[in-house]
Amino acid sequence: MNSPLPEPALAIAAAADAPAVLEARGLSYAHGAAGPVFSHLSLSIRRREIVALLGGSGCGKSTLLRVLAGLARPAKGEVRFLDTVQAAPHPRSALVFQQASLLPWLNLADNVGFGLDFAHQPQTGKAARDERIKAAIAAVGLAGREGAYPAQLSGGMAQRTALARALARQPELLFADEPFSALDAITRAEMQSLLVDVVHRWHTAALLVTHDIDEAILVADRIVLMGGRPGRLLHEWTVDIPRNREDHPEAVGALRLAILGALRHAS
Amino acid sequence: MMGANLLLPLSGLVLAALAWAAGSVWLAGVTPIAASFAPLETARALLALLQGAELWEHVAVSLERVAVGLGVALLLGTPLGVLTGLSPLFSRSTTPLFQFARMISPLSWMPLAVMVLGVGNAPVYFLLAFAAVWPILLNTAAGVAQLDKNWLLLARSLSATRRETIVHVILPGITAQILTGVRLAIGIIWIVLVPAEMLGVSAGLGYFILDARDRLAYSDLMAAILVIGFLGYLLDHAARTLHKRWLHAA
Repeated sequence: MNSPLPEPALAIAAAADAPAVLEARGLSYAHGAAGPVFSHLSLSIRRREIVALLGGSGCGKSTLLRVLAGLARPAKGEVRFLDTVQAAPHPRSALVFQQASLLPWLNLADNVGFGLDFAHQPQTGKAARDERIKAAIAAVGLAGREGAYPAQLSGGMAQRTALARALARQPELLFADEPFSALDAITRAEMQSLLVDVVHRWHTAALLVTHDIDEAILVADRIVLMGGRPGRLLHEWTVDIPRNREDHPEAVGALRLAILGALRHAS
Repeated sequence: MMGANLLLPLSGLVLAALAWAAGSVWLAGVTPIAASFAPLETARALLALLQGAELWEHVAVSLERVAVGLGVALLLGTPLGVLTGLSPLFSRSTTPLFQFARMISPLSWMPLAVMVLGVGNAPVYFLLAFAAVWPILLNTAAGVAQLDKNWLLLARSLSATRRETIVHVILPGITAQILTGVRLAIGIIWIVLVPAEMLGVSAGLGYFILDARDRLAYSDLMAAILVIGFLGYLLDHAARTLHKRWLHAA
């Protein structure tokens, strides 16, 4: 299904009628006694679609990501992953954090393969696992650095490794929580195009949580704006600007203004 | 580059040796017997001691005590530290006690230790373990508290079992901090060792110092001091290397 074989990196926009990987309906979530972080929230992500969840800090977008990823239980509503109700994190979903959060005592290859042999993961043989690890490392352009340890990697390389760790799980859906906001501008731009490229080649869908409007426009097929208190989804844009989007400054600028306008209305 | 790296530390050592020589010349003017404190006398004594068997026996006894003390401290300090880091209840109920006990010089327990445990190795083991347990305990607890939350999140996203989380994330995740604790513990143990060996035992570097004093063999005494410093340096270096190896720091 998710063949990790390299294919030409065409901009394959997800077809509007593609089946959903993830479907959330009527989600509410509250931390203890504090008011709800978000309520009555519904979102669906189609196969191979990159969705950017855009919002200011503290709007609850990271919490929403955790609920969608099965790491936190919603107070109300349900999340369906590949058409089954998700009770625990699905083996075909993977996470990338703002920090690479590599395990410093494991080398790059072992970091990428971390957890593939855990009891609740799909059972695979060692050879198959090694193959997946190798393909994931190659996909992020780190072939040849398998033996390096996290302390020896730059920030960008560490984040590439974190991306490879997610890819090694052959995810149907990649959850990324502000994955590039700790990187410098040049590395960030590289990583953004790498993410798009890899997601397309691996036929994965992605949910990218970000507070960076430009990042959302450059990366996503669809942008969802979150805001309000309790949080809800305020607005949605389908981004049909052809890639590479840097080559279409007018369209990018127009969308940027539209999003800024919506943000102003929201606050 | 390499030369410059060695030159500065060496110059400090040479300067200290010169000061030592000047001091012993001055002291010999006041008390003639102090001439045997001088660097040259000491070097001669050291050479003789290194060639004989006696000093090595004392060194072996002392190192064995360090190993036992550190081992006991690790066996007690690591689980207690994990418990302190994981359980706020345990942490709140024990922190004042630990902070209190930590600030008591282990040597002040010496009379009590000898009374309870008798003369011999047992009170020395006790004092060393008692000195070393705090840095290990506190660093382990800090290690648990500082575990990267994302590692735990990652483990949960992999639906890791409790055992997998402990074996693959928590234990290796706090090992660096435990090793930091071990390094501090070695420093403290090495300092406590010599005075602890001055009571009720008949071997070890601390005993050797007292013995040399009683024999008026001051150059042997100075040689023993050099050996103690050098071994301490080596132990600390070993602990630091272990720490670096574990983290694979460049």
